[in-house]
Order: sequence, then C-alpha cells, then structure tokens
Amino acid sequence: MNDLSASSRIAYQATLVQPGVVRRIRGLSDKALAWLFITPTIVLLLAINIFPLVWTIYLSFTNYRANRANVPIKWLGIDWYQSILTDPDIWAAMQVTAHFVIWTVIIETVLGFGLAFLIDKKFRGHGLWTTIILLPMMLSPAVVGNFWTFLYHPQIGLFNYVVAFFTGRDASSFQMLGDVTLSPWAIVIVDAWMWTPYVMLICLAGLRSIPDYIYEAAEVDRASKWRQFWSITLPMALPFIMLAVLFRGIENFKMFDMVNLLTGGGPGSTTEVASITLKRAAFESWRTGYSSAFAIILFVTVFGLANIYVKALNRVKSR
Amino acid sequence: MISANTAHSVVEPSPGTRRFAGSLVILYAVITMIPLVWLGLTSFKSPDDAISYPPKVLFEPSLEGYCNLFTTRSRQTPEFIQTLGPAQGLCDSITRDRNMVVAGPSNYVPRFINSLIIAFGSTVLAVALGTLSAYGFSRFRVPLKDDLLFFILSTRMMPPIAVAIPIYLMYRSIGLSDTRLGMILLYTSVNVSLAVWLLKGFIDEIPREYEEAAMIDGYTRFQAFVKVVLPQATTGIAATAIFCLIFAWNEYAFAVLLTSGNAQTAPPFIPIIIGEGGQDWPAVAAGTTLFLVPIVVFTVLLRKHLLRGITFGAVRK
Repeated sequence: MNDLSASSRIAYQATLVQPGVVRRIRGLSDKALAWLFITPTIVLLLAINIFPLVWTIYLSFTNYRANRANVPIKWLGIDWYQSILTDPDIWAAMQVTAHFVIWTVIIETVLGFGLAFLIDKKFRGHGLWTTIILLPMMLSPAVVGNFWTFLYHPQIGLFNYVVAFFTGRDASSFQMLGDVTLSPWAIVIVDAWMWTPYVMLICLAGLRSIPDYIYEAAEVDRASKWRQFWSITLPMALPFIMLAVLFRGIENFKMFDMVNLLTGGGPGSTTEVASITLKRAAFESWRTGYSSAFAIILFVTVFGLANIYVKALNRVKSR
Repeated sequence: MISANTAHSVVEPSPGTRRFAGSLVILYAVITMIPLVWLGLTSFKSPDDAISYPPKVLFEPSLEGYCNLFTTRSRQTPEFIQTLGPAQGLCDSITRDRNMVVAGPSNYVPRFINSLIIAFGSTVLAVALGTLSAYGFSRFRVPLKDDLLFFILSTRMMPPIAVAIPIYLMYRSIGLSDTRLGMILLYTSVNVSLAVWLLKGFIDEIPREYEEAAMIDGYTRFQAFVKVVLPQATTGIAATAIFCLIFAWNEYAFAVLLTSGNAQTAPPFIPIIIGEGGQDWPAVAAGTTLFLVPIVVFTVLLRKHLLRGITFGAVRK
C-alpha cells in the first residue's frame, strides 16, 4: 500500500514540475502501476497454487508418505503413473465418474434447456419463479447433500415415501444409498436437482440473445414453429448450451463434497468418483506419492477440458 | 393500436402458450422446493415427529431442534432434576422434559463464527487483489496478458483434493494447519481467479474517457483509479464480493481435510451433529436452515448478476 501512495505522490509532484517530464513519469508510472496492481495476485497464486503443484509433481515420483515423514525419500521415477494407469480399481473409479458426469450433464441439459424455453415465454410472474428455481444451486452442496441422506432414508425418508406413494411399492423395500444399482442414480438425482437451474440460466441467456426480427422474418416466410425451433432457436442457443455442458462437465469431473456426504463412495465402491478415490488414497491410506501421481493425472485431464472450455468461451464472446 | 398488436403477435407467444409454459415452470419450481421446505419444517419438529412414518406434514411446532443445536446435554435422573431450581428459559424446560439438563453450549456457534471470519476475510482479500489486477489487465498493455489471465483461471480448474494434498503438507511444515489465516489464504487464492475475471468484465464496461478526462484535469493515474473508476465499479465489486462470499461460505472439501477444530467451518461440522442414538435430524435441519438463510438472501439480492457470476463473466446478459 505504501508503495502505491509513494508512486502516486511522485507522479503528483511531477505534475508540478514540467510538462515534458510529467509525460515521461506518467508513462513510466503506468507500466509500474500495472505490475504493482497485478503482482500481488500472481504472487499469491504462485505461493498457494503453483508451488504446491510443483511439489505434488515432485512427490509423485517418490515413495513419500505423509504419515511417515521421517522415512528417507526414495526416487521411483514413473512407477506410480504406470501402476495407476494399469490399475483396474482406478479404471473402475473413472467409469463411475464417467457415468456420473454423462448422466448429470444429459439430464441437466435437457431439463435446463426445457425450463429456459418455457421461461422465455415470459408468462406472468416468471421473474419470481425463476429466482425460486435458482435457489438450490447457490446452496452448499455438502450441507444440502447431508440433508438428502435424510430424504433418502428407507424407513423415514420423504423421497422413499413419495416414490412408494406413486408406485404402490413398500417404502422400505428399496434403499437409494445402500443399493449397488440405485446409489449411482441417487447421486445423479441430487446433482440434477442442484444444478439444473445453472444450465437453465445459461440457456435462458442464449434464448434471449436471439433477436426478434429473425423470428419475424421466419413468420413472413411461413416457417412452422417446429421449423423455427430447429433452424433458429436451437442453433443460435447452441454456443450457450455448449458452455453450460462444459462447465458442468468440468465441475462434476471434480465432484467431491456432495458425493462424499451422500454415500462416501459406497456401497463398496459403486459411487466412488475419482475425487473420492483420491481422498481415500491421500488422507486415509496416506499413500502420498501414489495419490500425488493420481492428482497430476486428474489435473492434466481437467486442464485439457479447460482448454476446450476457453476456446468455446471465446467463440461465445466473439458472437 | 390493433395493428401494433398483430405486428407483435407474430413473435409474442399466445396467452394460452404462456399459461401452459407458466404452469409447467411453476410445477417444476414447487417440486424443486420440496426438499428445502422439508428442511425448514424438520427443523421445527420434535425428534419423534421428525422420524415418524408416514412423514408428518402437520405437526406441533417445537424449538427442540434449535435448542439441541446450540447446547450439549447430559442425561440425569428425575430426582436430580427435581433438586434443581426452576428452569431458566425455554431450552432449559424443553431439555428437562426429556430428563436431561443443559451441560453447556455446543460447538455450532464457534463453527459459525469461523465460517463468518474465514468467508469475510478471504472475500475482502480476494476482491482487493482482484480489483487491482482486473484494472491492470483492463487498462494497461501487459505482456502475455491472455496467458496470465488463462493461468489465473486455470488455477480454479484443479480438483480441490489434488490441491489439498500439497497444501496439507505445506501448512503442516509452516504451522498454518487448522488456522483461520491458513483457510483465509487458501480461499483467497481460489476466489481471486473469479474476482479477476468478473471484475475485468465490469471495469471493461467503464469508458476509458472518464479517467482520461480526470487525468487531463491533473489527476494521476492512481488518483483517477481511486476517484473515478472505483465509484463506477461499485455494483460490480459488490456482486463479485457476494460471489466470493458464497463460495467461501459453502466450501467443504478443503475445510473437511485441512481443519479439525480451531478453524473448522460450519459445513464439515453440521453433518456430524449427533444426538442419542444416531443423527439428531431436527438439530441438523436447524443448523442447516440457519446456515442457508444468508445465502437465500444473497441470491435474491444477486439475481441480476447471477448469470455473469456463474460463467466467470463469459455471458453477461
């Protein structure tokens, strides 16, 4: 802070001296100011994100265990990477993650786009109802996920009661969180409940970006509503839908909090998404080197997705 | 008048369509609200009502959940309770009806305060750093600007557990484990990427001519930033601050792995509230409700800026 006021004082005093000097000092101070403004952020990110990342890369080549810090560190080369990429348990976790990501994205996109399409009809009170629909996505996934274990309770849960009421089955005859076939769907349902509004909001922006005159022209050409939807609405909203899909894809690939509280990866490992596997290896078995290697593999995967995301983002922006 | 109406009706949906669309959306909204309404109802149920089957929609409201949330209790014999003086306050008498006495305050309030301190601390830091950087990126020719901006965003793409492993080791060796300062710094680093991206969008929208005019009037660049740009960016800064606040408030993964007592926030604490014989659902629901209320208020305040916030400023309108 002192540096900032010092530099401005210098610049201010300079204004009192000579116009020629002023211009030069101001030009200098612009550049100095730019770095002064940006450096603190970069330093923080280097200290809390990049340094740890480099450390993780180093650890991923060693046999280090965080709970046995005194054991001499042995260099293992790429052993962990080889064993992870050939480990059937890891591939099972990746399949669980893929199931979760693909189904949540499909359900959220279909429901979210449908809702946005309906809200775009601007019925009376649509603003209020939109705000109400948006609520779940702002809430803490962990705290809300925890409450869903109550709703999913086979004996006393509201979810089981409602399903039993409509299907005529016995409410305690199925366990959403305890059954190997149902639990992967239990986490999909909660995620869809939370994040459909997210996709809806982005799709709504896409629909509202389509100018009226295009529809007017289509009406003049006597294009049917059906035709208008497939030739105008969907293609023009597509970049927004893609953006929502990529965002949800990345977020759900990293999913931890909600699943950890709903199922903790169980029963067995049927809902063990990649982040849960990572947590179990890093903070329960304390295989730090191994889990570092897995973390790097996950990070590279997400980073690849992020690159695609930024490209899509730029395409949306340039429209 | 009539011709104007027909000209519009080409694009405007018919009243029937609107009603149909409206009823479907309202149906979805009502279904989606059921878990949250149920949460609020459960927080006012007695433990017996909360676990009754079929689930009770009508019940006699009770503050037992809230009492249990804020206190720890110990079971006593009725004879011992008789020897105590008259019950002090509502919670005391509710507890005594269950043959228990209040043993002391629970950890909920300290955890809630931790959440407040960490959320506000990291928000202030992230928004301060973010505003400076956003102005720098918005107004000056910074070498490798796009790469730096992408680098800032990419730090947000890392899975939290992957980040937590080295942070855990680093904090352990420099004494930041389970401290509020450690959590504030960590949340700041996560939030600053959002702050830079959002605020750059907001500052880009402020015409440069304002500052240039101020500088012609004799302001330095820094003075122009403080006196001209900052007041113009107030809305954007406020919206960004609320987004940072919500993230830090809701965060669970780092909190559960890196804190255990001193600096533990509410999200890892609420799921482990237990009563006698399992989870005390009214108390959990009460803790959850109190924890969610601020976010509901903020969501309503933020509704105009939500879209921008959740897309890192990629979609603005």
